[in-house]
Amino acid sequence: MSTTDVTPKTPEATSPSMASSRRRMGDSVFSALSIGSGLLIFVTLALVAVFLTTESMPAVMESKEIIGDASAFSLLETTLPLIFGTILAAAIALAIAIPVSIGIALFISHYAPRRLASGLGYMIDLLAAVPSVVYGLWGGIWLVPKLEPLYLFLNSTLGTWPSWPGFVPFVGGEPVVALFAGDPTAPMRNLASAAIVLAVMILPIITAVAREIFLQTPRLQEEAALALGATRWETIRTVVLPFGKSGVVAASMLGLGRALGETMAVLMILAPGATFSFHILEVGMHQSIAANIASKQAEASGTDMSLLIFTGLVLFVLTFIINALARWIVARSGVKS
Amino acid sequence: MTTTSTKGPAAPPEQTGSPVLRRPHDERRLPWFHLVLTGLAGLLVAVALLAIFDSLSIPAAILLGFVLHLAFGYLYSRIREGRRWATDRLMTLVVIGAFAIAMFPLVSLLWAVIGRGLTRVLAAAPSPFAFWTTDMSGIIGGAEAGGVVHATIGTLLITLWASIISIPIGLFTAIFLVEYADQGWRRVLGQGVTFLVDVMTGIPSIVAGLFGLALFIAFMPDQSVRMGIMGAVALSLLMIPTVVRSSEEMLRLVPMDLREASYALGVPKWLTIVKVVLRTAIAGLTTGITLAIARVIGETAPLLLTVGMVTSVNWNMFDGRMATLPTFINQQYRAGSANCMNDTVTNPVTQEVYACSITTNIDRAWAAAFTLIVIVMVLNIVARLVSYYFSPKLTR
Repeated sequence: MSTTDVTPKTPEATSPSMASSRRRMGDSVFSALSIGSGLLIFVTLALVAVFLTTESMPAVMESKEIIGDASAFSLLETTLPLIFGTILAAAIALAIAIPVSIGIALFISHYAPRRLASGLGYMIDLLAAVPSVVYGLWGGIWLVPKLEPLYLFLNSTLGTWPSWPGFVPFVGGEPVVALFAGDPTAPMRNLASAAIVLAVMILPIITAVAREIFLQTPRLQEEAALALGATRWETIRTVVLPFGKSGVVAASMLGLGRALGETMAVLMILAPGATFSFHILEVGMHQSIAANIASKQAEASGTDMSLLIFTGLVLFVLTFIINALARWIVARSGVKS
Repeated sequence: MTTTSTKGPAAPPEQTGSPVLRRPHDERRLPWFHLVLTGLAGLLVAVALLAIFDSLSIPAAILLGFVLHLAFGYLYSRIREGRRWATDRLMTLVVIGAFAIAMFPLVSLLWAVIGRGLTRVLAAAPSPFAFWTTDMSGIIGGAEAGGVVHATIGTLLITLWASIISIPIGLFTAIFLVEYADQGWRRVLGQGVTFLVDVMTGIPSIVAGLFGLALFIAFMPDQSVRMGIMGAVALSLLMIPTVVRSSEEMLRLVPMDLREASYALGVPKWLTIVKVVLRTAIAGLTTGITLAIARVIGETAPLLLTVGMVTSVNWNMFDGRMATLPTFINQQYRAGSANCMNDTVTNPVTQEVYACSITTNIDRAWAAAFTLIVIVMVLNIVARLVSYYFSPKLTR
């Protein structure tokens, strides 16, 4: 590979030394550019970490937790509800998206006719191509009114009926399914609506990885199961799903990373609030980190801006951990995607 | 689905020692139209139930009908074919249902965007498609006018600059990973870069926006400074990892033989990369980069933080705020419905008279969304066409 071995052999009659030095220079410039670009990736990420940290320091330094002044704002009280809202929305989105994605991936890999499979996969990829702001628009204007009857139905049935008996401490009289309890009011700009749109947005991500690993199932194992008389579903349950388990877990975590960081769907659909409520149908109870930054950045400056950047740092660290875990699982399970 | 039943394996004997090999209760034998019949029955019962509760609508009927179909189909197959085949049929229906559920948002979203957006684009005053040639200066209240030429130019400019930053860095990083990170310290560096590119892929877009903002306000005296280039820097943070990923994949597909043949002819390494490797992979590289642009062109959150909003065209990336399509959609959506006292509104400065419409802001949001989707889809189609027509036909 080393080019210095190659250049002297070239049959350059006129001044071979000049030609080879020119080539060597071309080589060194090119390799310097390549290695420089690689290093630039390091520098960029370091800059991201450094800038987010230094710019968020003023807020940390002025917070109640550090200076101990009761009148100062509390870092935890402002950040924790946001973290709660972010994680709750992402968790509900995942709970909706994972089963549907597995179904779609199985449909494309094992149920759909071979000739249609790639076209259907492309349809799912189209979902990923739609910009998030368009999802927000669609969710906020089109979907939210459509979901209202469903929410009212869930609220009046599961949200009220099975309740804990009165003698149980803490939860006595409260409905068993706390998720659907509370008092939903139209327009339904609640966490459930935001989570449904988030679920649609992460569907293609999870589906793509899951489909890939389902297709890698050893053909012989599947045929062996079929030869033993298994039905198609039994083949999938006993061969395909166990084989693809870690891939599905990794895919879900990639989807989780995306759902945690998604801004526009939450910003455009959710009416914000700052509580630790599990009542996802109630309006004005939750907010996510990303949507909070987007909605407050226009008016923020000084310490407020610094506080927003601090929440951004928290989000960065959160998604970093989730993504690193996902990559680790992918690398361990050996999915090529 | 059911037509493949003839290829299905014969049912195995469940009880060993039973002289009967084919048990009539454990065999896949229902012809396809039985499933259609159970489906129709489910739909009919759903319609009847919904009519009784006075909440009849097509989506509700289809949804409830599908659920009832699952139940009816399972029970019927359970009676006629036994538990195992009934479960198989149930899961087939569930899997198809999952795919239908995923198609539903795609179809309804495209329907809504095309329906409402295209209507607004065609109905734009004063002439059709004026929406794409006018900006928002002088548009007040519920005036049914205005357009997105400023936002479109802003989006294209910022994306162009993001590409100018990201494509060389991304391409050279991919070249480094494939051609140079082969041994020694460069191998270690290559592993580090691969890991960091993975990390960058997962950076939330809002964090990229915060970075663009923090980077510039750290060096600027004016804390409220917003410029196009800030948005381009933020977007390139999101674009570089996608370019690296796709380019790396493409470069690795170039056969080693081609490189070795080139070295054997005495061509230096950098010329081999430029003239052989990149030239072989050019179609794939173009496709990957186009897809990366398509992905980044719809990003909203970083631009919300870094470029602000204006009402007219700003060509200067380094001075003043810029409008972009995604932030324009968000802004019009937030503005909500307008107030209309009369049938017309008059701009107090220019004395121009516009028709007034309560829904004008939302209509503009849909029309801008339509414009954005058209741009994204054109980029996607171009990418597919390039990869279809210009890929080298490698034997693999």
